Amino acid sequence: MPGASAVPRRPLPGALRASFGFLRSQPFAIAGLAIYLLFIVMAIFADQIATHDPREILFRGAYRVARYLPPSATHYLGTTAGGRDVFSQLVHGSRSALQVGVTAAFFVVVIGTLLGLLSGYLGGWVDKVIMRISDIILGLPFLPFVLVISALTRPGTTTLVASVALMLWPNTARVIRSQVLSLRERGWVEAARVTGCSTPRIIFVHIAPQVAPLAALYGSIAVGWAILTEASASFLGFGDPAAISWGLMLQDAFANQALSRGVWSWFVPPGLCIVLLVLAGFLVSRGSEKLLFPKLGD
Amino acid sequence: MGQLIAANDLVKAFPASRRMADVLRGHRPVLRAVNGVSLAVGAGQALGIVGESGCGKTTTARLLLRLEEPTSGSVVFEGQDVTALRGAALLPFRSRVQLVFQNPFDALNPRFTIRRSLTEPLRNFGLPAQERHARILEAMARVRLDPPEAYLDRHPHELSGGQLQRVVLARALVTHPRAIIADEPVSMLDVSVRAGVLNVLRRARDELQLAAIYISHDLALIRYVCEEVAVMYLGRIVESGPTAEVIASAAHPYTRALVAAVPVPRVDQDRGDLPIRGGLPDQLNQPSGCAFRDRCPLAFARCTEEAPPLRAIAPGRHAACHLA
Repeated sequence: MPGASAVPRRPLPGALRASFGFLRSQPFAIAGLAIYLLFIVMAIFADQIATHDPREILFRGAYRVARYLPPSATHYLGTTAGGRDVFSQLVHGSRSALQVGVTAAFFVVVIGTLLGLLSGYLGGWVDKVIMRISDIILGLPFLPFVLVISALTRPGTTTLVASVALMLWPNTARVIRSQVLSLRERGWVEAARVTGCSTPRIIFVHIAPQVAPLAALYGSIAVGWAILTEASASFLGFGDPAAISWGLMLQDAFANQALSRGVWSWFVPPGLCIVLLVLAGFLVSRGSEKLLFPKLGD
Repeated sequence: MGQLIAANDLVKAFPASRRMADVLRGHRPVLRAVNGVSLAVGAGQALGIVGESGCGKTTTARLLLRLEEPTSGSVVFEGQDVTALRGAALLPFRSRVQLVFQNPFDALNPRFTIRRSLTEPLRNFGLPAQERHARILEAMARVRLDPPEAYLDRHPHELSGGQLQRVVLARALVTHPRAIIADEPVSMLDVSVRAGVLNVLRRARDELQLAAIYISHDLALIRYVCEEVAVMYLGRIVESGPTAEVIASAAHPYTRALVAAVPVPRVDQDRGDLPIRGGLPDQLNQPSGCAFRDRCPLAFARCTEEAPPLRAIAPGRHAACHLA
């Protein structure tokens, strides 16, 4: 780490420089971050980028709904069977995708890290209870469970996010737990006990920062999973019917036989966006894998 | 010997892994890492605990520090039984009994600056914030890290092993402890800086009248810093007494072997075979009678039948051998 030794008294710039240097050697991670950035910009400036209101039914002349228009200068990706602008829907869809992805990932990381820390450090019955619950959840089929939850409750984004968080925390918790198991044997954790640190202080001040990069890695994976799940659930009709999402666009296209009509401009773009965003999560996690386990190689 | 910190008949049994046969028979095998250890150290005194790997030295230290719960027996500090104390009730004891680690590269949180590592104990023990800096400077001066400003804002990875061990020592001294337990304090350090660290430790002990317990496999080190020594074998103390006397006229054959194993500085000097053979026996199936008998050159019939108790053999000296 040349940056760290060059600037010993100001660790942050050194660390930043080191991470930039590291990033430059990670084309995958850069590509992933670039895709994230693209969609974040798209979501923030959706109102400016979109050419039409995504919900507005457009008309062509008097009383003729502008359905199935081919891509043109006014409608970059054409219109839907309902006469809505596909490009505007696509742009606005990035909002719900990121919202779902980021909130679900946030909860996955918070719940998974917290339970992993407690399970790993406290051990004993706490560990047993948490790990048995996680075993049960890992045994449940993912998508069917999410669909059942959505069907039993009010379908919507909140339900989706909650069920994704509920289903995905065990993966994070298990990995964090195993990391904590090895960290708690370190001399400085013992030193913290000898110097009078309380158990919460040892867990949250001493150990938690060490597992933060790993938690972030699982967060970026969870983003992809959450977006995929939201898209799947929406496609199957369990999403929020009022939202504008890529999954719902696909469902709309499917229900109107866009495939057999060959309206590629309608259903390919949302599918591609989902793939890209999920891919970005995996690219980023691949990059941080190199950072976390430098000796792993390819 | 006045008692500042004492162990009374400490036993620590760990559950051992059960084989299929154990499970079927309902056995729960235990490994007695420490098996009835009693010792006491007074203010300003240093006791060395010596023995080979796996003899229970470190577990004894962890029991004394209350990092491990003893299966039976008690730890007494300043006349108070601290064995049952938990949580906040243990804090005064924690601030009074400190530990110096074997591996200085692992003893400090890598994300903390030296200043933060030294402030942490003071914060935990409730020292007002405005007094902390003075305490830290005092501890840094005591371990001869000079000037302190050159170290305080650094991270552990920027310091050498010797410097780190001084920081670890400073962290132990910053709470004004009454007793220090040093577990192999220099075994991970370069030979060139060992004496420096040991001298700093010894000077701190003299100036602050600390009770010190050194854990080591190295009898030469113990002789350098400790007036008293206890030799451990398989969780028991087999011999104890003033270091010079124990080394000069070891009563237990195991002690004699340890003395004979101390390296000599001349490579061409002929040295006979060690008087003992083999390694530590399976700790789950210890021999009957004296635990040392199957390695002992002097073993005879009585050793098989009867375990020798630790008994006084001379003023201040104890040994657990039928022949002593």
